[in-house]
Amino acid sequence: MSSGVDLEHVTIRFGDFTAVDDANLAIRKGEFFSFLGPSGCGKTTILRAVSGFNEPTEGTIRINGSDMRGIGPNKRPTALIFQNLALFPLMSVADNIAFGLEVEGVKYIERRRRAEELLDLIALSGQGDKMVSELSGGQKQRVAIARALAVEPEVLLLDEPLSALDLKLRQHMRSELRNIQQRVGITFIYITHDQGEALTMSDRIAVMSAGVIEQVGDGSTIYNEPETAFVASFVGENNPFYGKVVKVDGEYAQIQNKFGLLRGRNTQDMSVGDSAILFVRPEALSLVEGNDTTPAENVIESTILAEEFEGPSIHIHMEGDTEKRISFSVSNEGKGTHLKVGDTAKICFEVNRAIVLPEGDLADE
Amino acid sequence: MSDFLSVFLAVVLALLVAPMLQKNTDTVWANLRQITFVKKNGVLVSTYLLGAVFIWVGLMIVAPQLYMVDFSFRDGAIGGDPEAYTLKNYSYLIFGRDSDENLFNLLHLQIFLKTILASVGVTLLAFLLCYPIAYYLAQSTKGGTTRLFLIALILPFWVNEILRAFAFRILFGSSGVINVVLMGMGILDEPIDFIKADIAMYAGLSYAYILLMVFPIYNAIESLDHNQIEAARDLGSPWWRIHYRVVIPYAKPGIASGCTMVFMLSAGALAVPQILGGPSSLWFTQIIYDWFFTGGDWSRGSAYAFVLLFSCIIFVLAVMKFFKVNLGELAK
Repeated sequence: MSSGVDLEHVTIRFGDFTAVDDANLAIRKGEFFSFLGPSGCGKTTILRAVSGFNEPTEGTIRINGSDMRGIGPNKRPTALIFQNLALFPLMSVADNIAFGLEVEGVKYIERRRRAEELLDLIALSGQGDKMVSELSGGQKQRVAIARALAVEPEVLLLDEPLSALDLKLRQHMRSELRNIQQRVGITFIYITHDQGEALTMSDRIAVMSAGVIEQVGDGSTIYNEPETAFVASFVGENNPFYGKVVKVDGEYAQIQNKFGLLRGRNTQDMSVGDSAILFVRPEALSLVEGNDTTPAENVIESTILAEEFEGPSIHIHMEGDTEKRISFSVSNEGKGTHLKVGDTAKICFEVNRAIVLPEGDLADE
Repeated sequence: MSDFLSVFLAVVLALLVAPMLQKNTDTVWANLRQITFVKKNGVLVSTYLLGAVFIWVGLMIVAPQLYMVDFSFRDGAIGGDPEAYTLKNYSYLIFGRDSDENLFNLLHLQIFLKTILASVGVTLLAFLLCYPIAYYLAQSTKGGTTRLFLIALILPFWVNEILRAFAFRILFGSSGVINVVLMGMGILDEPIDFIKADIAMYAGLSYAYILLMVFPIYNAIESLDHNQIEAARDLGSPWWRIHYRVVIPYAKPGIASGCTMVFMLSAGALAVPQILGGPSSLWFTQIIYDWFFTGGDWSRGSAYAFVLLFSCIIFVLAVMKFFKVNLGELAK
């Protein structure tokens, strides 16, 4: 069975510190939902509140429609996978997996049978008698998942479970997790600071910053239609250009910037005079070659500060309007570039690929 | 009797000096320098380390104990032959009834058994008291609070054992705080003689070794990842099962170490039973004490002491075997 999870005006404070500020969310049944944000943004606190290890200071958490206040973690239909997995080192793999069943009073033979089934599910058949310490990192990972699934939770909560693995294993486990989720069909709530993980696995993502949910949406919405400066700068690479809105026409807005007038989509109803940041992704920037083809608008002329040869592409850094450099890539045409560090060059972007957002804090690099 | 000690020392010296005499000293030194331990620590430091360990273990522990073993097999009674070896000191514990040598020495055997069983009881009581404290300190408090609690536990132990035992006597006396409070609340009509009932002694013994129980368990539980407790809870486990399945198995070496020490020290305690014990009940150590200092029969005292020591060791090893704890784990 699977359940939806609703957060209604959830605020969680520790003393004076507000870890989560008025979170409102409806996580659907059977959804793979991710909380994405830098460390300390409150995402783990939300997870612990859903699992029952702390209670919201204000607001309500509902699982499958019923208020969870006052119900301990051992009574909730959730199972949590810890960042360090927290497998029991003194128990065999099968005993680890069957621990939840043991608690429920299931007989040994039946527990053993269920453990074997789950071991099949995680492709570790016949390894139930091993000790946890004999397993590799990825195997431990899967055992932790099996242990959580054994109690047939309605919601599985995952607290950055892949962060301890090396890159290759992490990429493999991403698809594995997604696979398992689709097979068991229960709601997954996944916590990560790794946008790659969030974007590849999730049905929907909530981006968090400093206790506030900035935006909720599927991967492409978060990437292509960011609603705040934080989301635009945290998810993927982005080049910010600061300025005041000087003109609004239809769905576009124009800002006055050090590099001149720049125009982009106005999705957030900015009006003339507002402080704004125009964001352009590196892949939307291109070099202007030769004077005669100069486009009519959105041209930026700046100094080249550095060039990084990466093989298929060449990464170029130019001086920006703040300390942050403008960066973009040109594809390797086989001859290298004719650009030299210290030269000035012109770059441009299409109006539909830039977005004007209210000024706000950017994510730290 | 001193010839025994001289034989012991002669053997040790022979083992040390003999190789030197066989070859010339230069080769001996050259060989010694080849030993990794000497190479690693230098001649001076390694000589000091080996010397100190030898003096401590050899001279101060092993030699006197061997001396006592020798004692225990001799006839130390007044008028007996001090040179003759005999088993009668040991047999006296079992068949030592003056009227008839074929009857069991029920008095001493009873006291022996009582001492062992009561020490087990004291150990269990100390464990029940200390485990929750150790768990709380190790998992539920943070830096400053933990230190405060630990200091509060340690400080009372600056007061010496005899003074603490007398304080317990005052607490448990017939006009002591406990009786006065219980009578004041109307629970009792007349004071309970806690001392005669040995309750004061058990309380005193449990209290005397509380630190030796708290610290090993605290150390063991402290290194337990708190996530494991939360994981067990998240999987639906009630608190008692978390302890039974996760915390206690993990803390087993610490628990074994604490229990062993408390058991050994309780069984071998003298001051607390002397001060807090009832007038009609004796602790086995008190009988040993009496053989040495009142009876003047050191041989019999030694024999009794060895019976106590070996019984305790065998008991502890048996219990450790039962709970599957290795001797090495005690030092964790």
